[in-house]
Amino acid sequence: MIITLHSFSRFGKEKYLRQKERKKLREHGFSSGLKAGASIAIGYFPVALTFGLLAKTTGLSLIEATAMSIFVFAGAAQYISLSLITAGVLPALIVINTFIVNIRHFLMTAALNEKMEPDARWKKALYAFGITDETFTVLATQPDNKIRTSFAAGVIVISYGSWVAFTSLGHLIGASLPAFLQASMSIALYAMFVGLLVPSMKGNRKVLSLALIAALFNSLFFLTGWLSTGWAIMVSTLASAIIIELISRKGVAA
Amino acid sequence: MGAWFWWMIFGMAVVTYIPRAIPLTFLEGRELPETVQNVLRNIPYAVLGALIFPAVFFIQENIWFGVIGAVSAFAIAFTGANVILVVLGTIAILSMYGIWFG
Repeated sequence: MIITLHSFSRFGKEKYLRQKERKKLREHGFSSGLKAGASIAIGYFPVALTFGLLAKTTGLSLIEATAMSIFVFAGAAQYISLSLITAGVLPALIVINTFIVNIRHFLMTAALNEKMEPDARWKKALYAFGITDETFTVLATQPDNKIRTSFAAGVIVISYGSWVAFTSLGHLIGASLPAFLQASMSIALYAMFVGLLVPSMKGNRKVLSLALIAALFNSLFFLTGWLSTGWAIMVSTLASAIIIELISRKGVAA
Repeated sequence: MGAWFWWMIFGMAVVTYIPRAIPLTFLEGRELPETVQNVLRNIPYAVLGALIFPAVFFIQENIWFGVIGAVSAFAIAFTGANVILVVLGTIAILSMYGIWFG
């Protein structure tokens, strides 16, 4: 009897632990990814809407504007391509420019790879498509040690959905938001970056220094015009990350 | 737009995808040197600093939009509010500013 009770309770405990484990996995799976990506979806709303509108005034059809958002999914590069099309720049040069603007994602996906759970290469190749500045920062600042593929999928699906849907909507309605809302919503993505940075920065001088040094470098590049935006972000980030690593390795408190 | 447009989109899609996909697939299952790993772990916070500054100040022609927005976002975030509240709260503050002074 005692044995039965014992094994029963052990079975119950294991079952309970398994359930808890499953719940925990669910908590950090697809639907939590959707939740974590909601701020991106809000932030993309005014940007994609304006892109759709600008694409229309540039002469792109609804299909063409939407196709660009579906296949490229890169805000800055898409905006620049519109002004280059208007300027009559050769398509091949627009493609090369797109590569230059997006080269910074090499750095981001290399950093993200350290944080993602190991998974089949085809799955990683699939969600790699959805890595933007915004999805990267949301994923890379998650407190969990390892991020699940399904969580990343959630973050990407809601962001991508917002980007594509609001590109079409912007083209369809052919107008932007009321001026005050357009102006205030243009802060959304920056507010999100702040909201991701601050919790890690509080009481952590290393994180504070990393952000501060990169911000200073990037401001310097902006003011001097030495580097274009895409390169400036990449070089400032890398410089800051290396400097802080060198300082903290020497044992000086960073 | 003609056929060139679709070739251009195809090209843009390929060159945007390459920097996203190569590190994630190529580095899968590979152990990088400790120093490289440490530098890569520093990247997210450095990138946030570079993404916020100085661009946040230039979201509108009126630089005060960016300044007030940045201060509000940091203030709300420091109270411990989650990201979505930081975003919505900052939009709300800037909307009020825009309606009254815009």
